[in-house]
Amino acid sequence: MLTLIGRRLAAAIPSVIGVVVVTFVLTRALPGDPAAYFAGPNADAKAIAEIRTALGLDRSLPEQFVRYVGDLLRGDLGQSLSTGRPVLVELASRLPASLELTLLGLVISLAIALPLGILAATRPNSWVDHLCRVIVTLGVSMPTFFTGLVLVYVFYFLLGWSPAPLGRLDAFFSSPPDRTGLYLVDSLLAGDAETFVAAAGQLVLPAATLAIFTLAPLARMTRASMLAVLSADFIRTARASGLSGGTVVFAYAFRNAMLPVVTTLGMVFSFLLGANVLVEKVFAWPGIGSYAIEALIAADYAPIQGFVLTMALLYVVLNLSIDLLYGIIDPRLEPAA
Amino acid sequence: MQAGGKWVAAAMLAAGVATAMPAAAQGRKDTLLVLVESGPNNLDIQGVGTSFRSYVASWNTHDRLVSFGTKTLADGTLSYDYTKIVGELAERYEFAPDGMSVTFYLRRGTTFHDGSPVTAKDVKWSFDRAVSVGGFPTFQMSAGSLTKPEQFEVIDDYTFKVKFLLKDKLTLPDMAVPVAAIYNSELAKKHATAADPWALDWLKNNVAAGGAFKLEKWTPGQETVYTRFDEWKNGPLPAMKRVILREVPSAGNRRALMEKGDADISIDLPPKDAAEISASGKYRIVGVPVENSLLYVGFAVKQAPFDNVKVRQALAYAIPYEAIMKTAVYGRGVPMFGAPSGEPKTAAWPQPFPYKTDIAKARALLAEAGFPNGFESTISIDLGDATVSEPAAVLLQESLAQAGVKTTINKVPGANWRGALAKKDLPIHIASFGGWLNFPDYWFYWGYHSQNGTFNTMGYQNPAMDKFIDAARYEDDTAKYEGAVKGFIQMAMTEVPRVPLYQQFMDVGFQKNITGYKYWFHRQLDFRQLVKN
Amino acid sequence: MNETLRHVRHVLTENPVTLGAAGLFVFFVLAALLGPSLAPYDPFASDAARALQPPSLRHWFGTDALGRDIFSRVLVATRLDMAIAVSSVILAFAFGTLAGLAAGFLGGATDQAIGRLVDTIMAFPLFVLAMGIVAALGNTVTNIVLATAIINFPLYVRVARAETAQRKSAGFIEAARLSGDGETAILFGQLLPNILPIMMVQASLTMGYAILNAAGLSFIGLGVRPPTPEWGIMVAEGAGLMISGEWWVALFPGLVLMLAVFCFNLLGDALRDIVDPRRRS
Repeated sequence: MLTLIGRRLAAAIPSVIGVVVVTFVLTRALPGDPAAYFAGPNADAKAIAEIRTALGLDRSLPEQFVRYVGDLLRGDLGQSLSTGRPVLVELASRLPASLELTLLGLVISLAIALPLGILAATRPNSWVDHLCRVIVTLGVSMPTFFTGLVLVYVFYFLLGWSPAPLGRLDAFFSSPPDRTGLYLVDSLLAGDAETFVAAAGQLVLPAATLAIFTLAPLARMTRASMLAVLSADFIRTARASGLSGGTVVFAYAFRNAMLPVVTTLGMVFSFLLGANVLVEKVFAWPGIGSYAIEALIAADYAPIQGFVLTMALLYVVLNLSIDLLYGIIDPRLEPAA
Repeated sequence: MQAGGKWVAAAMLAAGVATAMPAAAQGRKDTLLVLVESGPNNLDIQGVGTSFRSYVASWNTHDRLVSFGTKTLADGTLSYDYTKIVGELAERYEFAPDGMSVTFYLRRGTTFHDGSPVTAKDVKWSFDRAVSVGGFPTFQMSAGSLTKPEQFEVIDDYTFKVKFLLKDKLTLPDMAVPVAAIYNSELAKKHATAADPWALDWLKNNVAAGGAFKLEKWTPGQETVYTRFDEWKNGPLPAMKRVILREVPSAGNRRALMEKGDADISIDLPPKDAAEISASGKYRIVGVPVENSLLYVGFAVKQAPFDNVKVRQALAYAIPYEAIMKTAVYGRGVPMFGAPSGEPKTAAWPQPFPYKTDIAKARALLAEAGFPNGFESTISIDLGDATVSEPAAVLLQESLAQAGVKTTINKVPGANWRGALAKKDLPIHIASFGGWLNFPDYWFYWGYHSQNGTFNTMGYQNPAMDKFIDAARYEDDTAKYEGAVKGFIQMAMTEVPRVPLYQQFMDVGFQKNITGYKYWFHRQLDFRQLVKN
Repeated sequence: MNETLRHVRHVLTENPVTLGAAGLFVFFVLAALLGPSLAPYDPFASDAARALQPPSLRHWFGTDALGRDIFSRVLVATRLDMAIAVSSVILAFAFGTLAGLAAGFLGGATDQAIGRLVDTIMAFPLFVLAMGIVAALGNTVTNIVLATAIINFPLYVRVARAETAQRKSAGFIEAARLSGDGETAILFGQLLPNILPIMMVQASLTMGYAILNAAGLSFIGLGVRPPTPEWGIMVAEGAGLMISGEWWVALFPGLVLMLAVFCFNLLGDALRDIVDPRRRS
């Protein structure tokens, strides 16, 4: 097991290096001048030049790159100019926000997609199947920012059911003591039910937005996988031996159909972490995605580089965990395969 | 995973229905919740690259030596009064008989947030710092001819003297701007290093000051929380005990929060929201025309064909002023077009330019300039400022096409925008400029002078213009001063390197129970006078 | 061939949803071709006097903040949005298929190099990569197409590589080899045509994603230049107007955008049913 992990991590090194180089080149290709931006509106040429020196941007690109890599190796991701804080600290405080949102979105999505997929698979080509297909495809056809806006409009503004879209907590709550950074978990650990409810309330709409968008891949994969399994010999045997339909579907077929769903789940998760930048923007969610957008607009190099690197590392870790999870779900599978 | 998922989902459903939150309601009476589009990047206004969004933090947590007086505008709104300088940290001040220095007498018994006394040493350290760190603060100090540490002298613990290099009417006002903040020098020096003698690094994230509010918490990208400094003595104790600035990037969400009564104050209102809410009366909008802040169309005058004054005048006649005022600005501005004559009647600034939409005249002027069939060009706007400038650009594009000038619209992201403005290579651009100090010569110095500052976005250089501006800058005689001012205004009207469209409003939304708002030239919210009834 | 046609008919008639999607598709193609001549109003003509009018018989989708007819703009935008989607998909398709073929067929160092390239792109948060490319190169239609193509490229490579590797030693390839075909001829004469249908399915599935991607870029201000009508930009423009009650400005372009993506997604599914015999029901 350990050698497997080691080998997989080693194999990921070239692409991580690739990410570091490409991001560096891409940020430097941004046509903006961060020195002019951060010198402020009233700055003259001298002030801009001073800022440029202070930021080390007057050095040659190779020199900047060597310095950047040197800093990276020491675990220093640099400073954000827009927020004035070390990128590492910011990412560490913002990543849990994105993770909590994405995870909850996936949980909701799974809670809907699995039943839909199973329902569709047990009645292929019926109207139920078609309806399921239409619903989930509609979900994935809506731009997430559009879904988010409509949800805020309907559930906050018109109906008043959900709390104000003000980020992770209402302004009059203070965040729970920091253990995991996930407010739901932290508030439970602190035994603070009120904060838990408040944090969950803030999460509902953005998580629902993400869930709507991710129904399709999960439900479709569940359906396809269930169909394949249901027509397999062992299921026929089980049915023939007189087991009830429900037992067959849930105890035998579902368990075996989970594998491809888990792969899809992993892919969707890594896609979402990067793709929910728009949702974060709509809901004023202080996650890493909105951090990256702002930085990109301001040509604030360090946060962009830090964000992309973090996402690349997460991607590597995630792929690895999926492989390991495979082994747990289906012990017959050789993980190295 | 399944079971856990269902459980969380159930909890969330419950949360969605739950409405009563008793603990949260406590403290709302003494707390203001203010919505802003984005927050600070540095708590130190003298820091490197401190953004406009950071000034509110500095203004409310620091004191200045002096401040501006207060006046009441026609609609009853309080405003700062740039003609009166009053004491803040200084109880009083007096000029030397020769007019070449000013002495400040500090209020006794005042302390910083950490309890240490405020002395003249701290004032000198703060001013020394402002003129030494370089960049924007040094630059702003120099606008008032404050450039050298030797100008600042500690007479005793409570007496501080500023020596002038020359007589400059901007020197005293310049000590009342946000940059001239007073720092707790002993505390700051503890965090200074050899490489960073002014503690720029530490003060980025920490406040060492004695203003009316203390910083309670700053979570970048989310919120800044301030609490009242109960020992504050430089004015009446503020009514509000706590102020929370929440960052809500979406204007629609900010409006929704205000309409639902979930927030007390909303800064950064798009003109459309301001206009509609003023009309509906759902909550209160206070809109003050920012004294000298104009939205304008600028031309890169070093590039052909904009080096031809006839072309610039032609374009000034091709701008759809009324349509922009109506559909892009929603009337939240003072028109700066359609003056009956090209001769300024007064030395007031801003004042309308003698242009109005006249496509026939534009075509005629273009023909005279040698472009009977027009030409092609680009209209650039700042992506971060697109709420108004994008519709304005679209209308401008449509109208210019009627005069034969074909344009494409270029939305430039923030960092590119500043860079491009510094290079002065945007052929047609929509931008705005307003100076802190409300003097026409100050505005023109930044906007039109050959020294080619950032706000001379057109790269306009003309010795005749400089002569008028320089003459007005240090002129004591009112008649001569006004003559020079009229001179440069008239030249701006005929030469039109930039065409002012309108004077911008500073629109702020308040719930009806919030009173005491005071308008400031720096366009930041001053918490001190605000009251929640 | 006949069997395929019969199967197409089967898929279309058997599944009412697919039939509906096919109808929608015809509608969108017509709108893309004829849109500009069908539009009742000039999509660029502003009119301060009729700004923000709700939907009516004269303006079916209402008017926007500048008084432009939203129905005309939505109709005219079809061509551009389709063009962005189609050209980015063609780019990703062409380069992705070639790279995948090369990797799968040649193996060894080529496979390694292409694999690393794909891994690197995949390790990026894709939407942010697209944002970065457009921000760095400038927001023109060409760059939006390019960015969308780049983030879709790995998908094509992976599918093409897998399909090629699977067929490399298949009987028909061996047969071609025995009959004296050169490697190039086998690659382009035998393998390419054989994996093409699978690649087409991939293409139709990513069309919708390409439209969403362009819309997302528009939403953060990095899309096509104003005043060009484009669905994403129109939703973005209307987003701020929803709270003030002018819901139609964002809603109609949003719905049409959704329908277009919806139609592509359903057709992609149907195409997969047709092409991929393993899924035939």
